[in-house]
Amino acid sequence: MKRIIFDLLKYNNEFRIGVFLILIVMTMAGLSFFSPYPPNDVFVVPPDAPPSADYWLGTTSRGQDVFWQLSIAIRNTLAFGLLVALLSRVISIVVGLSSGYLGGWVDRVLMAINDTFIVIPLFPILILFYFVLRDSMSTILLALIMSSLGWAYDSRLIRSVAMSLKTREFTGTSVFSGMTIFEILRREHLPYVLPIIFSTTLNNMNWSIGLEVTLAVLGFMDINTPTIGGMIYWANQHTAIVAGIWWWVTFPVLTVVATFVGLYLIAVSINEYIDPRSRLSRMGGGQS
Amino acid sequence: MPAYFNFAIKRLWQFVLVVFIGINIAYVITHVTPIDPVEQSISAVTSFGNTSPEAIADMRRSLQELYGLKGDWIEQYISFWRRILQADFGPSLSAFPAPVTSLIARALPWTFGLLAFTTLVSWSVGNLLGALAGYYRNNRSLKFFGVLAMALHPVPYYIVALSLMIVFGFIWPVLPITGGSAMDVQQGWNWQFVASVFHHSVLPALSLIMIGIGSWFLGMRSLVSNIITEDYVVYAEIGGVAQSRMMGSYIIRNALAPQVTGLAMSLGGIFNGAVITEKIFGYPGLGTLLVDGVYAGDYGLVLGVTSIAIIGVSLSVLVIDLIYPLIDPRVQVAS
Repeated sequence: MKRIIFDLLKYNNEFRIGVFLILIVMTMAGLSFFSPYPPNDVFVVPPDAPPSADYWLGTTSRGQDVFWQLSIAIRNTLAFGLLVALLSRVISIVVGLSSGYLGGWVDRVLMAINDTFIVIPLFPILILFYFVLRDSMSTILLALIMSSLGWAYDSRLIRSVAMSLKTREFTGTSVFSGMTIFEILRREHLPYVLPIIFSTTLNNMNWSIGLEVTLAVLGFMDINTPTIGGMIYWANQHTAIVAGIWWWVTFPVLTVVATFVGLYLIAVSINEYIDPRSRLSRMGGGQS
Repeated sequence: MPAYFNFAIKRLWQFVLVVFIGINIAYVITHVTPIDPVEQSISAVTSFGNTSPEAIADMRRSLQELYGLKGDWIEQYISFWRRILQADFGPSLSAFPAPVTSLIARALPWTFGLLAFTTLVSWSVGNLLGALAGYYRNNRSLKFFGVLAMALHPVPYYIVALSLMIVFGFIWPVLPITGGSAMDVQQGWNWQFVASVFHHSVLPALSLIMIGIGSWFLGMRSLVSNIITEDYVVYAEIGGVAQSRMMGSYIIRNALAPQVTGLAMSLGGIFNGAVITEKIFGYPGLGTLLVDGVYAGDYGLVLGVTSIAIIGVSLSVLVIDLIYPLIDPRVQVAS
């Protein structure tokens, strides 16, 4: 594991940039633990101050320090993305591995359901959830809903790997040595799909954070928990762009874009690492 | 031909399943949650002013009838499906007494036009550029485009649309940032109106294309760079096949099949993006209708748009699936 990361850092520019961006964002999130202001308090600093030595990223019209507000917001947003990604991984691993290994009618039924979840436009469904739940909608609840909707694409990916694993010799050996299906999947197949699971985790985080930002910006979420989307929502409510308080919108947007690009670049470089052909060509060992 | 027939039946079945599961999710959300949508609608409507208790009781009764909340759950379920199949979502609360169906019918062409245009452009341009970038790997400008696509691709629609709006609406105000056409132009098939529609759709279309093009570009580039190392391509190269022919019938043709499947799989996501983009630019399509419906507490409208979205997206996926054998003839041979 250590060597892989070292290799990636050495040979892969995308990975380096991605790690750099994510480190910045995570530092920002970590700083929230040292915030001098409680995250939900308003009018703790003079409102509408531009970025200065006192207030590094300025202050909002609600009298909050953008820097400290941003640090708690990105922490919540990252935690949200991670929660959705981890929960939905459970579903996609179970569905992907069992569908690929068992095949037959189990595979057909699971994949029919799987394809349905890929095709269905989820955003209207999420909006419908908010419409019905209204004020009972919390960040945790949204994470649960989104993880039960956003597993399908990745389980198809895992299934395709599991299908080829099934034909490998060691699977036959495990069957003959009397391992149960669960044991085979967990001890023999799971390690092989772990790299893919890792890269899909990052992509899934991007997906869920993107949806969270969008929902919050429209006000279709618990907007009292500070998140990146919530910050942009309040800035829009106070017409920050028109009023010239650009720092209220710009810094959250920059932070979230850094998160997206960072996660994406890491995911892409890991995918490339998994595929030995592109790894060879990158290290100068391939034909082209 | 029987092979194609089998294939079509399978796809048709998948379409029915998607619609069935999708509509059932909508049913479960609206009926099994502890919060009563009727009470929600009533509190949304009555929060704006004084309403007499009789009027509220009257409203409650008619809402319960409208949304099929009468009788036990089997009756409710059947009447829910009847409404969906008849495309009858009752009158809209926010635009009373206009029926939801007519609101949707008015918004549908806008969304369809915007989506069809932007998807077609970003898919074909992204794939073409991606194929070129995979083939001519050392071309400077294509490499630069690759970096750009990589940086832009993971950013969500909302952020791109907001940035475009700030740039072209406030910093350099040259394009209209809201509406589907100019207010003072008569709607119809006249030159002025068509021009105005195009002018207003530049920013929403641009933001959808900017996000969409990247994933096709990146996907096609990696597909093509894998294909050019295949034996048959190397053989054709040695055999002196003309470069344009190589590109067209040896490389792109083969790389296109997964990209068409990818298009079918990502239509739902593209629709999600359009919802947000429309809302930001005040484009008079389904997305704006949906979001405004939520703000106004209009249950019938929200349910109607959600159902139409599910059916519309899965129908488009079906169409793409059915023309897929044209690109990948292997489908016709397989069982």
